[in-house]
Order: sequence, then structure tokens, then C-alpha cells
Amino acid sequence: MSMTRQPALLGTSGLIFLAVLFVAAVLVPVLNLYAAPDSAVHVPTYVVSLLGKYLTYALLALSVDLIWGYVGILSLGQGAFFALGGYAMGMYLMRQIGTRGVYGDPVLPDFMVFLNWKELPWFWYGFDMFPFAALMVLLAPGLLALVFGWFAFRSRVTGVYLSIITQAMTFALLLAFFRNDMGFGGNNGLTDFKDILGFNIQADGTRLTLFVLSALALGLGYILCRFLVRSHFGKVLVAVRDAETRVRFTGYRAENYKLVAFVVSAMLAGIAGALYVPQVGIINPSEFSPANSIEIIVWVAVGGRGTLVGAALGAVLVNYAKTYFTSGMLAPYWLFMLGGLFVAVTLFLPKGIVGTYYDWREKRRQHDDIPDEPLATPRPAE
Amino acid sequence: MTDIAIPEPTTAAEPAPAAKKELTEALLYLDAVTVTFDGFRALNALSFTVDPGEMRAVIGPNGAGKTTMMDVITGKTRPDRGDVFFNGGTTDLTKLDETQIATLGIGRKFQKPTVFENHTVLDNLRLALKGQRRALPNIFHRESAAARERIDEIFETIRLTEHRDRLGGALSHGQKQWLEIGMLLAQDPKLLLVDEPVAGMTDAETAQTAELLREINANGHSVVVVEHDMTFVRDLGVRVMCLHEGSVLAEGTLDQVSANERVIEVYLGR
Repeated sequence: MSMTRQPALLGTSGLIFLAVLFVAAVLVPVLNLYAAPDSAVHVPTYVVSLLGKYLTYALLALSVDLIWGYVGILSLGQGAFFALGGYAMGMYLMRQIGTRGVYGDPVLPDFMVFLNWKELPWFWYGFDMFPFAALMVLLAPGLLALVFGWFAFRSRVTGVYLSIITQAMTFALLLAFFRNDMGFGGNNGLTDFKDILGFNIQADGTRLTLFVLSALALGLGYILCRFLVRSHFGKVLVAVRDAETRVRFTGYRAENYKLVAFVVSAMLAGIAGALYVPQVGIINPSEFSPANSIEIIVWVAVGGRGTLVGAALGAVLVNYAKTYFTSGMLAPYWLFMLGGLFVAVTLFLPKGIVGTYYDWREKRRQHDDIPDEPLATPRPAE
Repeated sequence: MTDIAIPEPTTAAEPAPAAKKELTEALLYLDAVTVTFDGFRALNALSFTVDPGEMRAVIGPNGAGKTTMMDVITGKTRPDRGDVFFNGGTTDLTKLDETQIATLGIGRKFQKPTVFENHTVLDNLRLALKGQRRALPNIFHRESAAARERIDEIFETIRLTEHRDRLGGALSHGQKQWLEIGMLLAQDPKLLLVDEPVAGMTDAETAQTAELLREINANGHSVVVVEHDMTFVRDLGVRVMCLHEGSVLAEGTLDQVSANERVIEVYLGR
């Protein structure tokens, strides 16, 4: 197990992960800008955005791993936090359209004019300012997680019951956001974005910047999660996962620890959503669909729960497979393959790719270092 | 004005002088505690006190209410009736939850050894060590030199020094029991509630555990031990209380209790 010793802030796999991320963040823009368009190594802009999308999914998976892998909270509603972050960003992007919309209204987004609304609803105020929208990217998912988690954890709802109510939460939001009179564009959601912070959202430069920002957010998100799980706080989280009653009798408020992790996780998911929306150009209620949240769980399970790096890896791998298979003749079978993948991983690779690798590495290390004595010689604690 | 002021019957609410003295001098005070589960009386007007610095053994047949008694004291179960006071009657435990009671200074060892299996033995003690319990400050918590020293001491006491870097889950059953006792010690409670500490232990381990608990008691901690193993109870050499059907059947030295006709009938057998 990787937890036997006090690990460095970034272990070997963490360093490799950040190095790969850094190389990608440099190489992809370089190959997009400087490789000849007809050369084999050229990265077209649509691929840049596709990769950027994968990176936001990886951050989303990281947010799930923080609570599922380390606290045992199997959230089947993480997509809701992602979508809320996405909507906050989408609302900012809508307000940037200004008079360039179909109806040319300087204040009201097109769908509001279409619905015959005369003035902007109060909850759209402030979204014309980027700093406010950025704050909402964190606050909207964070507050929902705080309120939801406060009630759920205080009432000691755990296990499958917690999973079910998180699923109900995202489903309720899905239905609410579908309604036109909610004021978020109903079924069609928010789209037709023109620019972000004054830059044309379709321009290659903007796409590259968004890609690099996604890589940066993923890297920083990873370091944050890693810092949290290594801290005394993080050790209590794992203790809550494994023996919650013991934690309570030891004097810790397990519910507060869960709540902090849940809120941090929701905010990370919100950031991922905010970076996702300008890269795919749309946010609509389907992002709240329970199936989306379940897919995130599959990514994390495939990569390796409780490893952080594995969650990110799983998200990229599964989504690459999804892109690959859904664009060919196998498209109708993708959901079967996804389900099959989950079953296969659960049966044959219960620790996921990275977890299995860690086990193998640990076994080999024990075999090499200390063949007879399974108890390692005492190592310095830090 | 037709209202007649009725004087508060203050004197009637005061406990009788003898009971009051018992209350204020006791570390733990249970009076007429009753717990019912679906009509089954797990505790039936259970009353007893534990003095500061005392060690007490609790015996009794299965279903006598030993574990329910611990659940009531540690806040896991709320009694239907009765008083549970801590610290000389200053704190009403029936109004507090597990975490508050643990923070007050009551530590509990479960019947089935419960340690943090995916943490090292060292981290298990670090987590249990008396100190900051709030979530946010613990993100930036650093271990002090004093804490490190205290943990080394506890390792000596529970004889697990050479296992400090192993995972809790990799320990043997007996070692887990000791680790859990060590975690209790790290919490530095005034009162330790220890549920069947020698279940599944070898004879040698059982004797060592008795010695360990006596040592803990000698250092000023009050201890309540629930145990079936009579050799172990004899090794402890402390006051014994036999529970039966949710109340105290007999109390005294082990010899007195084991000579009691009723105890022989319901528990020890002839």
C-alpha cells in the first residue's frame, strides 16, 4: 500500500503525472501553432478543444476521487456541481453577447426575448462581470454542497442511501433546469457564445489558452487534493471511510470532516464545469442527467479509486475511448461497452489501473528489499 | 388578582443528602437507567457509580446489558429513563453525543477490535492523540515534539514499538486489541470503557493485558472492563459487578461475587 510511509507531497507517480501534464500543456500549443497544417504532428484546433475537454473531465474525476476514494462518499450527483459551475460560466458568456444576439437586445439573452421577458431576472445580475461569475463558479456548487451535505451528514445518511439522495439531487436539478420559466434557457440551455474576457471564443489563441488553463487547473487541483489527503485532516478522512464510529468515539466530528471534503470537491467540480463550457460552446440541462454522474464513477473506478492520479487517467482514457467509438460504426454500442467496462473492472481489476500497479510495485519492493521479514525496518517518520 | 403564587418546591427536587454525596464524589454515576428495545428491557433501572481512579470489572451472561450500558455512557444509545452523570454530577451525559462525550474524557474500546486498518500503527496513535479535533485547523496541523514523545511512551506501554510502520490491518488480533488500548491512552481519558479486551487472546497475551490495564489504572485513569474470562478478572484483582437482565445482581470482590447464589445460578453455573 502506498500509505505505509509518510509519502512526499508529490510521490513518483504524482511527479510523472505533473510532468506529462506540463509537457502536454507546452507541446500541444506548439504543435498547433508551429507544425505545418499538413504534417503528421500538427494538432488541429478541434483536437486542442477535445483534449481540453478531457482535462476538465479529469479534474471532475479528481473531485470525485477526493470524496469517494478517501472518504467513502459515493456521490452519484457530482455532475450537478460540474453543471452549476458550467452554468455560472455560461451566464457570463451569455451576457457578453450583448447586441450580437439574434434579437439584438443589449441586456436580455435571446431566449428571454423569445419568451417575451421584459427584464433580466435578479439572479442574472452581476454575471456581466467576470470576477462575479468566477466567484459564482465556486459559490454555487459550494453552497449547494454545504447545505446538502450539512443535512445529509448530520443525519448520518451513509452508503447506498447517500448515493441515492445525491442522485435524486441531480435529477431534481435536471427537471428544474429543463423548465423555461427557471430562467436558464430551458431545454436548449445557454449557447451561441461570442467572446470571453474580450477574446473571440472561436479563435485559435483563445482555444489554446483555455486548454492551457485546463491543464493548469488540473495540476493545481491535483496538488491541492494531494496536500489535503496527506494532512492530518486527510488521515481523519480515510479513518472516517474505514471506521466512522471509531472516529466519533475518538472525539472527531466525522460529519464536519465529510462536509469540508464534500464542499471542496463540489468547488473543484464547479471549476471543471466552468472550463468545460467555453471549450464545448454549450451548457444545457443534460449535464445534470444522472447517467453523466454515473459515468464519472466509471472513470474513477477504471483509473483506480483513492489514487488521485488514477482518477485523472481513467477520465482521459475512457473519454478517449468514447470519442473513438462513438464516431465510428460502433457508435450504437458505446453504452454497452461502457457498462461492460465497469463490470470488467469491478470483477478483474477492483483497484483500477493505478491501484493495481501500486499493489504490484509494493509486492516487488517487499520481494527485493526484505525477502524474509515482511516488517520493514523502522523508517524515519517524515 | 385571583392568581395564587405557588412556591417552587425547591427542596423536593434536591436529591437526598446521601445520594448527593455519592453523586458529587463519583466520576461516573448511573441512577435507575432503563433502556428498552422493542419491548425488550436491555437495562432495567441500572444504578452504580465509579469513583475517580477506580478500576471495575463487569461480568454477566450474554444479554445482561453490558454493551448497552457502555452505549448509554458513551452516548450511542439514549436511555428511556434514568440519570447518567460524569465528573461529580457536573455533566449530564444523556444530553451529549458520542463526540462530545469522547472529548469530555471517556474513551471506549469496542468488543471487536476497531483500529484504522489502512493507517500505520503510528498514524493510528497520532489520530487518537489528545489534541486538535476540528476539521479546518487539522489541514495545517503539525506534530509537536511533545506529541512525538508521548507517542513513543505509549508505544513502550503497549509494546508495539517495532510495529509502528505496519498497517493497522496487518496486525494480529491481540496486537490490534493493544493498539486500540493504546489509542485510548493517547486520548488521555479520565475513564476507559474496555469491552472484552482479551477475547481471542492467548494465555500469555491475556496476562500481559491484565498487567497493561493495571498499569493504566495506576497512572490515574479510571477503568471499567467488561470481560467473560474469569482468569483475567482474577488477574485484575479489582471490584467486580455482575449484571443480569439489565441490573446489578451482585457487587464486591471476585470471591464474594462468585460465592453469590444468584450469580452461580444465572452465570457461573454449578
